[in-house]
Amino acid sequence: MTAVSRQPVVAIAATAPSPARRMRVVPFARGAIAIALLLAAWEYFARSGIFSQAITPPLETIVAALVAMIADGSIFRHTLATMLRVAIGLTIALAIAIPLGMLMGRHPLWERILRPPLAVLMPIPSLAWVPLVVLWFGIGNVATVLIVVYASTFSLLYNVWMGVRTINPLWLRAAHAMNARGARLFRHVVWPAALPSIITGVRLAFGRAWIAVIGGELLASPQWGLGKLIFDAKEFLNADVMLAALLVIGLLGLFFERVVFQLLEQVTVNRWGMATGAGR
Amino acid sequence: MTSAGPPRGSDFAAAKDRAAAKPLALGRHALAGAAMSRLGTVAAGSLAFVVMALAWQAAVWAGVFPPKLFPGLAAVAETLVRLTGNGTMVAAAAATLFRLLFGFVLAAVAGIVVGLLMGRVQWIEDALLPIVSFMYPIPGIAYAPLFVLWFGLGDVPAILLVAVATSFTVIINTWKGVKAVKPIWVRSAQAMGASERAIFAKVILPGALPYVLTGLRLGLASAWRILVAVEMLMSVTRGLGWLIFGSQQFLNTDVMLATIAVIGIVGMLLERQVFMRLEKATVVRWGMMSA
Repeated sequence: MTAVSRQPVVAIAATAPSPARRMRVVPFARGAIAIALLLAAWEYFARSGIFSQAITPPLETIVAALVAMIADGSIFRHTLATMLRVAIGLTIALAIAIPLGMLMGRHPLWERILRPPLAVLMPIPSLAWVPLVVLWFGIGNVATVLIVVYASTFSLLYNVWMGVRTINPLWLRAAHAMNARGARLFRHVVWPAALPSIITGVRLAFGRAWIAVIGGELLASPQWGLGKLIFDAKEFLNADVMLAALLVIGLLGLFFERVVFQLLEQVTVNRWGMATGAGR
Repeated sequence: MTSAGPPRGSDFAAAKDRAAAKPLALGRHALAGAAMSRLGTVAAGSLAFVVMALAWQAAVWAGVFPPKLFPGLAAVAETLVRLTGNGTMVAAAAATLFRLLFGFVLAAVAGIVVGLLMGRVQWIEDALLPIVSFMYPIPGIAYAPLFVLWFGLGDVPAILLVAVATSFTVIINTWKGVKAVKPIWVRSAQAMGASERAIFAKVILPGALPYVLTGLRLGLASAWRILVAVEMLMSVTRGLGWLIFGSQQFLNTDVMLATIAVIGIVGMLLERQVFMRLEKATVVRWGMMSA
């Protein structure tokens, strides 16, 4: 899809720059107008007094709340706490999922053993465990990180397993014929061939972890965190703080989706030509 | 936008399809071999559960946690039977499924309409894409306290929240589906003199359907996940999430674990029974996707 839709733009740009520029400017302008309209509608609605302004704050109040949180640095502390939980949780999930997924993908016996529990545990929403985990480990970091681990491990495991299983058997046989075994086979064939799928898994797992960490912070209310910020704001009817926190959550999500993961794919999979080479 | 990579959801679905395409057993003793390996699969599959159950019981007997907080498997099974017998579990599951259905239908209708419009009308795509892609990664659960402020507690905010959180998945997948319809299909239909309406009904809609179904399936799964948490925050009168949250107050961990088991089973049934059948009846039968 990428290659097909991008090439004509480049070709046009080489011959006639103005339509190409138009192609980029017009969608941007329309998007900007739509956002402006949405904000204006909100502003009108907020000031119309249908709801109290404490519940639907005007934009000015939301921005003021955001600026105040930036000024006293609390927003950074909340964000850092949330991001740390996601990072630690994802690291633990990776440490579990990559070895197990490799085992499942390479050895049928392990696949038979681990597939049923995966099928049973995967559909249970991680947030359903929160009240129980809180009883076991108390409110705080352990509980929230565990929820993140639970949320991300299974989809990660699933993707690693599938990535290893769907390696082109010709590559494996060719490597075997050239007497590559054990660590060499793993490092030069299995790992790079499974990587696109693993990265997809990390991406999906991040999406799940992101939901789990916010939900976990809402329900298990540790001291810091963006979810905790929203939860506290509700107690004091600070809708402006809640909306500011939502804005930060949205921006962070967008940043990871568009910048971090795309960069990750560029420096690994695309550079090795794997995305097309694997026939995906 | 086209460079945003493969749709998150369909990747997952594609991986599943690949898994389903197992190599067939060949050879003279294929039948006996298949029976043997099926037996082996069952044995190996139950092995993991036996190990997990033993580990659980060992933790109970060793007293890692106080017994009140960490019940034995027998107690959990007994509670599950008791709650199912006296109707508590059934009523809770029914209430949750009712909310799920309402929210999901709202999201499906709104999501498909918006997604189709975005796919077919250029200025709508330009206008909505930035908003949709900003809202999409925000976890639906983060809106929950806000919805409580706006709509109070109870069913209405829970259903609305599920609908809002789910609709973005449906929108994105429907939009991608329309974009993935091969231009040559549309052009050949045009060349054969199909009207705009006929093209939409006979080419675009079926062409986009695999993606739409993927979107609906992912949407239903995420609705299910969110709903359980939403019920904890909205203090609804009954529901599976509420059953877990309410039991926390009384340290009824056996009830909590039994409910989690029910949530897992219902979630699996939704995925397996509802959607696999729907796909078989449509896109698989039309030869657009392999089962």
